[in-house]
Amino acid sequence: MALLDVKGIAKRYREDRPPVLAGVDLTVREGEYLAIMGESGVGKSTLLNLIAGLDRPDKGSIRLDGTEVSALDDDAATLLRRRQMGFVFQAFHVLPYLTSAQNVGLPLVLLGTDRRERDSRVAEMLAAVGLGGTGAHYPRELSGGELQRVAIARALVHRPRLVLADEPTGNLDPRTAGQVLALLQAQIRVGGGAGILITHSLAAARTADRILTLTARGLESTGGVQQGGP
Amino acid sequence: MSPLRLWLMLWRAQWHEGPLRMTVPVLAIALGIALAAAVYFVNHSALEEFEQAARRLAGEADLVVRGPSEGFAEDLYPQIAKLEGVAVASPVLAIDVSLPGAPRPLPVIALDPFRATRVQPGLLGEIAGGLRGFFEPDGIFLSMRAADALEAGTGDRFEVLVGNAPRSVRVLGLLSDTAYPQALGIMDIAAAQWMFGRLGRLTRIDIRLVRGAALADVHSSIELLLPAGVTVAAPAIDSDRLASATRAYRVNLSMLALVAVLTGAFLVLATQSLAILRRRPALALLRALGVTRGGLERALIAEGVVLGLIGAALGVALGLLVARWAMRVLAGDLGAGQLAGATGSLAVQPLEMLAFVAAGSVFAGLGAWLPAREAAARSPALALKSGDAQAGVGTTRPWRAGLILMGLGGVLALLPAIQGVPLFGYGAVALLLTGAVLLVPDVAERLLGSVPAMRRAPLALAVAQLRGSTAQVSIGLVAIIASFSLMVAMAIMVHSFRESFVAWLDTVVPADMQLRVGQVGSTATLTETDEIAVSRIEGVARSEFRRVLPLALRRGAVPVALIAMPIDEASAAERLVLVKAVRGRGPSQLPPVWVSEAMVDLYGWGPGTEVVLPLAGGDLAARVAGAYRDYGRSGGSIVIPRKVYASASGDSAVNEGSLWLARTADAAAVEAAIRARAPFGEALQIRTAAEVRDISLRNFDRAFAITYALEAIAVFIGLLGVSVAAASTALARRAEFGMLRHIGLRRRQVVTMLAAEGVLTSAIGVCFALLLGGLLSLALVYVINRQSFLWSIDLAVPWLALAVLAATLLIAAAITATLSGRAALSGDAVRAVREDW
Ligand SMILES: Nc1ncnc2c1ncn2[C@@H]1O[C@H](COP(=O)(O)OP(=O)(O)O)[C@@H](O)[C@H]1O
Ligand SMILES: [Mg+2]
Repeated sequence: MALLDVKGIAKRYREDRPPVLAGVDLTVREGEYLAIMGESGVGKSTLLNLIAGLDRPDKGSIRLDGTEVSALDDDAATLLRRRQMGFVFQAFHVLPYLTSAQNVGLPLVLLGTDRRERDSRVAEMLAAVGLGGTGAHYPRELSGGELQRVAIARALVHRPRLVLADEPTGNLDPRTAGQVLALLQAQIRVGGGAGILITHSLAAARTADRILTLTARGLESTGGVQQGGP
Repeated sequence: MSPLRLWLMLWRAQWHEGPLRMTVPVLAIALGIALAAAVYFVNHSALEEFEQAARRLAGEADLVVRGPSEGFAEDLYPQIAKLEGVAVASPVLAIDVSLPGAPRPLPVIALDPFRATRVQPGLLGEIAGGLRGFFEPDGIFLSMRAADALEAGTGDRFEVLVGNAPRSVRVLGLLSDTAYPQALGIMDIAAAQWMFGRLGRLTRIDIRLVRGAALADVHSSIELLLPAGVTVAAPAIDSDRLASATRAYRVNLSMLALVAVLTGAFLVLATQSLAILRRRPALALLRALGVTRGGLERALIAEGVVLGLIGAALGVALGLLVARWAMRVLAGDLGAGQLAGATGSLAVQPLEMLAFVAAGSVFAGLGAWLPAREAAARSPALALKSGDAQAGVGTTRPWRAGLILMGLGGVLALLPAIQGVPLFGYGAVALLLTGAVLLVPDVAERLLGSVPAMRRAPLALAVAQLRGSTAQVSIGLVAIIASFSLMVAMAIMVHSFRESFVAWLDTVVPADMQLRVGQVGSTATLTETDEIAVSRIEGVARSEFRRVLPLALRRGAVPVALIAMPIDEASAAERLVLVKAVRGRGPSQLPPVWVSEAMVDLYGWGPGTEVVLPLAGGDLAARVAGAYRDYGRSGGSIVIPRKVYASASGDSAVNEGSLWLARTADAAAVEAAIRARAPFGEALQIRTAAEVRDISLRNFDRAFAITYALEAIAVFIGLLGVSVAAASTALARRAEFGMLRHIGLRRRQVVTMLAAEGVLTSAIGVCFALLLGGLLSLALVYVINRQSFLWSIDLAVPWLALAVLAATLLIAAAITATLSGRAALSGDAVRAVREDW
């Protein structure tokens, strides 16, 4: 059954410009890990933001688990993100004044998870991303790869149904990027949720189950490089 | 690219990024400098004008012989005129003439026109038109100001009080405003001696020397001729007299200037520090690109100096405008009635203006220096890492230096005044404040550390954020702590003063009704017959009469008030607010007198001292039986038993009285009866005790009203600093807010988080400032007040007012934080996370 069902969405920021998105369709199944590629400025991030309920499409529908995301008001969309989604950003966005454990624990604090469970889930998650023992460190003491692993732990700690990663390796060297992508893929799989990875690197995209390319015409399957499911 | 070009480019970029951020520190320093400069210019202009007027009066005299207000025998005059080296001697009788129903007496200078015009050539032109009438026994020349007040023109008559009787005088002519800006009358000396019952008396002799004569020689040969109580000096002394008379009110203004300057300085320091912190990654980039450490440091300091220069120039201009306005509106008198003679023109001094501009830029340079050093010393590699703008600031905690400065401040507080100005006291306040500000980071860290863990995410995040950025939090607080603590200290001092003042009023004005003849002048009196008549009026249960007159104890000093009233050693404690007393008569058989605290400080007349009073009838030896508080007369006063005074001086007249009314008596009826009884009834000033109290307190409150207004401005400027810090931090944290919105924080929760940060921050600031203000108030009450007003007050804390002030500030801070949070969130969260930081 489809977890995410995007139909015919269009988005235009300025009247004097062509629309960024026009008639985009996308279906993501439960547990599926998908990569979206495309040139810079083609509207990948815009698509992600619409899915996350951070912005509204001009046309079309976005259903997450049957809920029409684009119809939600700001608070409802916020709650949906809090419970069902996880995010990884290109620039990490780890809070500098919190330790890595506190950063990872943020979603659980927001969900009101009790302290004991929170601590154990955070420790578990940090260990899973290979940062066991660095829970008391502050972001300034960590390298870029480590920061992004903290961000991945934060994105997954509350077991979201959908993880959205917008160019998570854009600020990392290829080796570290490889490690981080492998980790992301593995952890999404372990958590049982679905994931959308946005990237413009083919190598990165290949870690996903399916690769789509966003162009001005819409989302297209990229034949040839498609890999099978597990 | 040359370094200068590089910096110009960077400044332009900064300006485009946020004009407000660059404008606000400039405006802050402009306001600080404007406040200080305006206060200074008003003060200075008024004093300058007075000094000039005094000079004009003394004319071109080289030496002035001065006696007590009762005067000295005129035989002295021919003796001095004959001395070798004396070209002209001009005899003068200066008297304050009481006017019926007028609040102030008219100062009258009586002189011999022929001699006087040789000392003051300008005078001849002034009186030439009326010279023929000059010798008429009732003729007077009036200055424009006096003529306006009396509503009298040339040829008109008006009444003056002599003893208890009105006399009529005729206006011979008007003196020009430029020569005599103050209210003044000029008469012929013989006529005045006759009219005011001062036959054979002079109060002054103006002397011009033969060209080439040695001033010191003539001075000493005159000195040999002088009887006790008469002195000779160069005429510059009058301005000192004035300065000491206005001192009390200038303390107020000096404190204000201090508040203004310190608030401005700290605000500049804070804004500069935060601006440099925020720019850390950019600065690190410059270092990485090859700007040297010293080069960076110098550039940042130069930037501070330039901002300070612009701000201070604006500030001086603004200060001049404000001063000009204030001089016009208040006629050079900021509410205390002390400078009533000034006409309100503003003297502009280019040198002083430059000094203010220089001071402003120096402060700004200093403000930039510390953060610049830190920024330059920072490893570029570290600073370039994301998140560094928030981290690892101010690891060297300056609490040790803070304690040392506060200790030094404590020591300064113990030092005496310099020429009546509590310079060390002000120094102590500045040091205590600066030292305390250095303790803020540590105190803030402790306080934040003690905040319990919060369950709600926005609150927990707010606390974590503040804990992680104690240094910035502290810097942002500096200006508000400076201005608010000084305001608290001033509020405590004024409240203490007011409470002590009220208690004093209750003691010195115990009767139901007060009466006074011709308010301040010394020519109007009541005789013993009048006294008895008043005491027998129906409804008057008890009465007491006093003789109050000025007594010149030392040349150049403001005359002290001599108060002859029914008092003895047994009743002294009830009639006066005694602060020190000596019990028992001791070996001395001399009559007792009591002195105000100012006498102890100015003349060393402590309890137990034996003193000599130069009364009209001759010197009187007395012993000081105690010291009392006198909030009515800052120049000093002496209380003497009336019987002692009357027998020593032969003066049994009185000019003030207190009446206790019978329980059934109607105050208005009694007042009417008194006025009807006395031939001079119209001239009597009769007030109920309640009125005296009201008027005194109203005057008191008015004198401090301007203080509060200007202080509120200072606190507002401080608050402005806090909000700018909050707003700029909020802007810098937009990416953080964006991320929080992504992971599920509601918009409202982000705003709550910011408001919580604002309230918590300002709560720390307010608590700290309250404590610090309490400490500073001790210096104000026990050092600055004591040394400049020469009277003591008891410490009293206005709890309610302070609580209201503190709450207001907290609410304002919460509102500011919320607004800046809203502003930061107004751009969408979506774009915020895309910004690379
Ligand atoms: N909030 C916005 N307002 C106006 N234009 C926007 C906004 N967000 C994105 N755009 C424009 O939409 C286009 C697509 O942007 P984006 O989705 O970020 O591209 P991508 O992530 O594929 O690089 C770009 O041309 C961008 O300038
Ligand atoms: Mg993008």
